[in-house]
Amino acid sequence: MLKKKDLLGIKELSLEEINLILDTAAGFKDVLGRDIKKVPTLRGKTAINLFFEPSTRTRTSFELAAKRLSTDVINFSVPMSSVVKGESLIDTALTVQALGADFIIIRHPSSGVPHLLAKKLRASVINAGDGTNEHPTQALLDAFTIREKKGRIEGLEIAIVGDITHSRVAKSNIYSLTKLGSKVRLIGPPTLIPKEIEGTGVTVFHNMEEGLKGVDVVMMLRIQMERQGKGFFPSTEEYFKNWGLTPERFSLAKEDAIVMHPGPMNRGIEITSEIADGPRSVILEQVTNGLAVRMAVMYLLAGVRR
Amino acid sequence: MIILVKNGHIIDPSQGIDGVGDILIEDGKIKEVRTQNTPTPTLPHRGGGQGWGGDSELRTIDAKGLYVLPGLIDMHTHLREPGFEYKETINTGTTAAVRGGFTTVCCMPNTYPVNDNASVTEFIIRKAAQEGLCTVLPIGVITKGQKGEELAEMGAMRDEGCVAFSDDGYPVTNSLLMRRALEYSKAFSVPIISHCEDLTLSEGGVMNEGLLSVTLGLKGIPAEAEMIMVYRDISLAELTGGRLHIAHVSTEGSVRLIRDAKKRGVDVTAETCPHYFSITEDAVTGYNTNAKVNPPLGAKRDVEAIKEGLRDGTIDVIATDHAPHHIDEKLQEFDKAPSGISGLETALGLSMKLVDEGILTISQLVEKMALNPARILNLLVTGPKGTLKPGADADITIIDMKKEVKIEAAKLTSKGKNTPFDGWVLKGMPVVTISKGRIYEWQ
Repeated sequence: MLKKKDLLGIKELSLEEINLILDTAAGFKDVLGRDIKKVPTLRGKTAINLFFEPSTRTRTSFELAAKRLSTDVINFSVPMSSVVKGESLIDTALTVQALGADFIIIRHPSSGVPHLLAKKLRASVINAGDGTNEHPTQALLDAFTIREKKGRIEGLEIAIVGDITHSRVAKSNIYSLTKLGSKVRLIGPPTLIPKEIEGTGVTVFHNMEEGLKGVDVVMMLRIQMERQGKGFFPSTEEYFKNWGLTPERFSLAKEDAIVMHPGPMNRGIEITSEIADGPRSVILEQVTNGLAVRMAVMYLLAGVRR
Repeated sequence: MIILVKNGHIIDPSQGIDGVGDILIEDGKIKEVRTQNTPTPTLPHRGGGQGWGGDSELRTIDAKGLYVLPGLIDMHTHLREPGFEYKETINTGTTAAVRGGFTTVCCMPNTYPVNDNASVTEFIIRKAAQEGLCTVLPIGVITKGQKGEELAEMGAMRDEGCVAFSDDGYPVTNSLLMRRALEYSKAFSVPIISHCEDLTLSEGGVMNEGLLSVTLGLKGIPAEAEMIMVYRDISLAELTGGRLHIAHVSTEGSVRLIRDAKKRGVDVTAETCPHYFSITEDAVTGYNTNAKVNPPLGAKRDVEAIKEGLRDGTIDVIATDHAPHHIDEKLQEFDKAPSGISGLETALGLSMKLVDEGILTISQLVEKMALNPARILNLLVTGPKGTLKPGADADITIIDMKKEVKIEAAKLTSKGKNTPFDGWVLKGMPVVTISKGRIYEWQ
């Protein structure tokens, strides 16, 4: 059983809870492989996608996960709502709850918004990405994928490459992968890795070749174009030259290493097409696993005693 | 009216008094102070040989077992009026002030309109005379519209009653203009109070930069954003010989820079606030917007350095930076919530912990909260305030060190309930505050 009604971040989860979600997701993955992909488990429940930031894949994944569980799902997208008329965040959330939502799946550009809503709402709040804090379901689907491909997570060497500073995906993965017993390396330019982050138990590399040596998993992060020219790095060309994942660099990893990416990818900036589409890429499987993990999260949260 | 405060333990560092005694107040002024080994004050005669005017005119306050201090002076307060009366008014802010033991508050100019001309200053002074419970001394801006572009009319504002100048909340980023401000203000012998922040370095930041800001996913402000500006302003004070006062010092590095400057003889003074020596950035955990303040709460080493700076005299003043906000404003995204702590009613209790910890004597605490602000703002001459010398304004704070009070945010007198000290138990709260002879009492 999960202890809290909300999924706010990996920081807030115990190792047992993470494993419970991953085990439960394995069961739902079987369902997704069937001819009829829908179960009646959460019939009559309502989920509302409350997205304050543009998103296609995460929102669609949550939407489909809810539908597979027979939960009604509504997309509440911000430009259409009264938020643009100046309604406060709390009022918007209370309104959504009053519509009868059991799950409020929230994405917001400010860190801590899911935590604020969780305190004010009876509904289960699921963090679908808050600011530069966390994106817990992404980390869970990544852990699920690694476990499936490698058979284990404990003891693995895992490199996360790119813009760590602004990446909630990286943060959630750091917490989950270290809790699950792997060794995490961060690789990227010093402008995009906060120096204090070593306090979380990771090792930092600024040289891509050194960092990739002997790793089991390479997790690439999306480089946001808007960081270019803001003092983080001079140009995408220079970024690619130093931190892009090319076949030559990937050959430094273990022979059976896998490549992951949370998407959307910038081909030719952080990753070459040869790698992204290559035999050791698990990028599309991550997407499929995302459904199973999000079904597991909703299922388990529905069972939390209030 | 005549007031006799009897048998209190009087602390007045301006006269070196630390002992049990009586204070006689007449017509809103201190008439006489007598301590042990000197006789009880002679009550003045009123009317042809009729004693001293009849019992109705004498009010005796028994202060046995209580500390009797010169009324506290807060040189960094936000009263929000005019313009933001939903956050606080001159009336509610001064009510909170006397509740917290303050008899004088200096209100920052970031109102709407900003206090950048004599007519706004005049409005504040007039409103305070009508509705204020204690003395209100306005602080005018350094630059017109707080924009950092051209000097405001300091002379006119000074004549109307401004006691200092500050672009509160903003630094004067243009170094040449800051130089001019430090030079020009010398003509009026008023201090320039600087909010030290390198805005390019702190841009977008909402808390102290460190491991906690990384794990909370909140943009950090490095301590250097304050230090760089402290160093610039000290350099400009040295260059110009101007009167510089550094507001709300919050970092270890700034304490070091100010200490070094004072050793060199630079005419610089500094203040800190109770939250900078009482709590660390850890208070932000859980996205507590009541712990969002600018400059941000620091690390443990910053707190230790601030205490040491208070102890060794590097930091002259404890001010509140009382920044009341409406509850709806704090109940927002952490990034969006305004910075500030409602501080008037917790400042004395939190500062008393320094006495308990042996960092300051009670007399040194009075220096930081009354005498030094009076010195810096030239109030030992006008008023006088910050002292219990005969002739001074009858501003007195009487506190009970034996009584413990539990802080309840919702019950603060101020309109601003935004405090990170909700639930704290504090000692040494005022039981009587006398402001220019007006008596406020609590059980």
